[in-house]
Amino acid sequence: MMKNMQWRLGLIAIVIGLSVWAFYPPGSKVKLGLDLKGGVHLVLRVKTDDALKVETDTTVERLRDTLTRASVTFSKIEATSPTEFRADGITDDAAFRTQAADVETVYDRSSETGGYSYRIKPNVANQLRDETVTQALETIERRVNELGVAEPIVARYGARDQILVQLPGVSDVRRAKEIIRSTAQLQLRLVDQGPFPSKEAALQAFNNALPADSELMPGKQEGSGAAGTAGSAYYVVKKVSAVAGNDLRNAQQSLDEFNRPAVHFTLKQDAAVRFGSFTEANIGRPMAIILDGRVMSVATIQGRITDSGQITGITREEMLDQVITLKSGALPASMDYLEERTVGPSLGQDSIRAGVTASLAGLALVVVFMIFYYKLTGLNAIVSIVVNLLILLGLMAAIPVTMTLPGVAGFILTIGMGVDSNVLIFERIKEELATARGARAAVNAGFDRVWWTIVDTHVSSLIAALLLLQFGTGPIRGFAVTLIIGLLSNVFTAVFVSRTMFEAVLARRQQAQTLSI
Amino acid sequence: MDIFHNTNYDFIRWRWHAIILSLIVVLAGAGLMVTRGLPLGIDFSGGTSLVVRFSQPVTLDKVRDAIAPLGGEAVVQQFGDPSENRILIRLPQQEGVEEGTALEQGSQRAEAALKSAGLSPEVDSREIVGPVIGADLQRRGIYAVLTSLAAITIYIGFRFRFSFAVGAIVATLHDVLVTLAFLMFFKYDITLNVVAAILTITGYSVNDTIVIFDRVRENLRSRRRDPLSQVVNQSVNQTLGRTIITAGTTFLSVLALYLFGGEALEGFAFTMLIGVISGTYSTVFIASAIAIILSQQKGTRGKAQSAAAPSGEATTERPGRKPRRARAS
Repeated sequence: MMKNMQWRLGLIAIVIGLSVWAFYPPGSKVKLGLDLKGGVHLVLRVKTDDALKVETDTTVERLRDTLTRASVTFSKIEATSPTEFRADGITDDAAFRTQAADVETVYDRSSETGGYSYRIKPNVANQLRDETVTQALETIERRVNELGVAEPIVARYGARDQILVQLPGVSDVRRAKEIIRSTAQLQLRLVDQGPFPSKEAALQAFNNALPADSELMPGKQEGSGAAGTAGSAYYVVKKVSAVAGNDLRNAQQSLDEFNRPAVHFTLKQDAAVRFGSFTEANIGRPMAIILDGRVMSVATIQGRITDSGQITGITREEMLDQVITLKSGALPASMDYLEERTVGPSLGQDSIRAGVTASLAGLALVVVFMIFYYKLTGLNAIVSIVVNLLILLGLMAAIPVTMTLPGVAGFILTIGMGVDSNVLIFERIKEELATARGARAAVNAGFDRVWWTIVDTHVSSLIAALLLLQFGTGPIRGFAVTLIIGLLSNVFTAVFVSRTMFEAVLARRQQAQTLSI
Repeated sequence: MDIFHNTNYDFIRWRWHAIILSLIVVLAGAGLMVTRGLPLGIDFSGGTSLVVRFSQPVTLDKVRDAIAPLGGEAVVQQFGDPSENRILIRLPQQEGVEEGTALEQGSQRAEAALKSAGLSPEVDSREIVGPVIGADLQRRGIYAVLTSLAAITIYIGFRFRFSFAVGAIVATLHDVLVTLAFLMFFKYDITLNVVAAILTITGYSVNDTIVIFDRVRENLRSRRRDPLSQVVNQSVNQTLGRTIITAGTTFLSVLALYLFGGEALEGFAFTMLIGVISGTYSTVFIASAIAIILSQQKGTRGKAQSAAAPSGEATTERPGRKPRRARAS
């Protein structure tokens, strides 16, 4: 009996020791959520349709080429949506089908009057969407690292096309948001005409009918006023770009000939070859450097350019940001912000202070109540609550679980609800004492009889907490996890720790008939 | 100390009064919900919520005037202790805000309006929820509460008899509805934290009920001759001390949270306070009443099954013992 007791007390001591070791000192070992330490939480949606549109456009382009080279006649092949395209006016069906064979590994074909319509296969579309989100995730990670944020979180979130970004301690939220969202699609296109002061003026210059291979594009709105780019300006540029977003090899800070900030970029080998022949063929014509759908600058092609270029006419901040986004690579699709939650550090500090005050006040109220109502046995409950809280903190630091503001609420609830099991046991012991079979028998009966009740109550609370975990976003999950750990460790403290204490006390009083309860 | 020793209150006698009282509260809450609409916080409705701090005290009216040109039904209220000079501004979801760049427009315009009114705001927190996320959270919130209720019903049905499971779940549903009603009465918004509190209530409130039902089951084994209603009433009385004390300790800790936990957790703490009170009330008056009512309806069928119980009295009210009370109301 005594040996058994020593073994149990030893186990309790080890658990307490490990827990304290795990979370001490709490300042550095307990991870705090954004709502406590300040920072920004963002949810983005990747417009995966963009990637599908690129796939469909390229397929259309390739099919046209193939058919033309094989001299198969058609009147029109064009994309009708990001996932569909149509081929019309086919005269030689067999020849067309042969040439279009490999399109059908990706697209489902259906016959229409006078031609075929193609729709991307669902599994291919899903895979493409998935790859797009993964690529976007990796790009955002690189950008966030370039920003120099400590302990950022970039992860998939909720629905398939959503990404969660958490940046602790970021003060310039607007800049961070711009850098993350920028698609960094660098394009180099020939300029038909421009700049124009307004859209209308641009359209008028072409008699309201732009050439089919050209489009209207806005210029950079804010800027240092470099020639041709200041204020709002519009350009009519070719639709085709000489390079694509993934042709970029590197980008770095640089200065233009007037010692103003500039971004120097270099192209990959194969893009450089293409760009070389492109510039050679267009010497003397103006070319626009376009970033994310805006004309950054326009320069006349002086001679053959192969692998490098410069974005000029930008501020220092723009230079820094563009280097980050261009270096980290282009995003495969554009993105939307769905949610933003920013907490300033001072509000977080105040929340921590309020949480600590509330926890101490809650503990004090329960301690006073338990000692008032159960006298010495109340101490037993208090020890088991405190051990419960130590284990909870220890596990939170060890797993680790992020402490959020609702998590603080879970912590306080664990104080109040955890004592539930103790009360259940104590009330039963009281009843059993009334039957006068002695204190030891009463304690044993008290614990044994309520065991299944405790299991039932904990299971029902766990069911609710698990659904909360499934439902919740960051902070609520913190609450749910706190509650779950608190419930589990409560079974250990309210039953094992509390019973061991009862028996340790009773061991010295072999014939005890009463308890201070 | 023992306040609730050997109590013998006749709770069952009051069951219809209790049910009517609860119905009045729930219907009043439902009426408000229909007339005023469910006050969804921005987590669910979408929109912008700003907490701005000023270097010196600023009146709410001044802030209201400053942002009045923005239009829409903006909410301006004190945030936390007045000495902190923090003010909460909530702007409704703007029409057509689907695009990512437009998401923060409301917040930008409000900040600009405050600056141009000569107030220098420092933004302490900014929450902007787009319509996609809001709708998604609404769906998931409802799903979580309903699944939680269903899962707990199944668990109790598995551990106890079916009528008990129904009693427990009616009591829990009762607590959810009463809590919602009080949120309506006191004009609290339904935020993520409030839904978390409601889910916690579903798990917590059923605890007390389980304790009573466990005792009923235990007592039914030793007192097969007594009518169910009497056994239930006795069980409620036997566990009364425990019911009230555990509610008391939980209440105390939630009260500490309500008083000291800060503005951000106030809605959560309030929901829990109401939930704890309602949970205790429903455990004593509603859960057992429903269990008895359901058992009585099944009483005639139950006769054949309980061979040990003489003449089916185990599940029906014993006539003659408390004739007037049994038929009360």
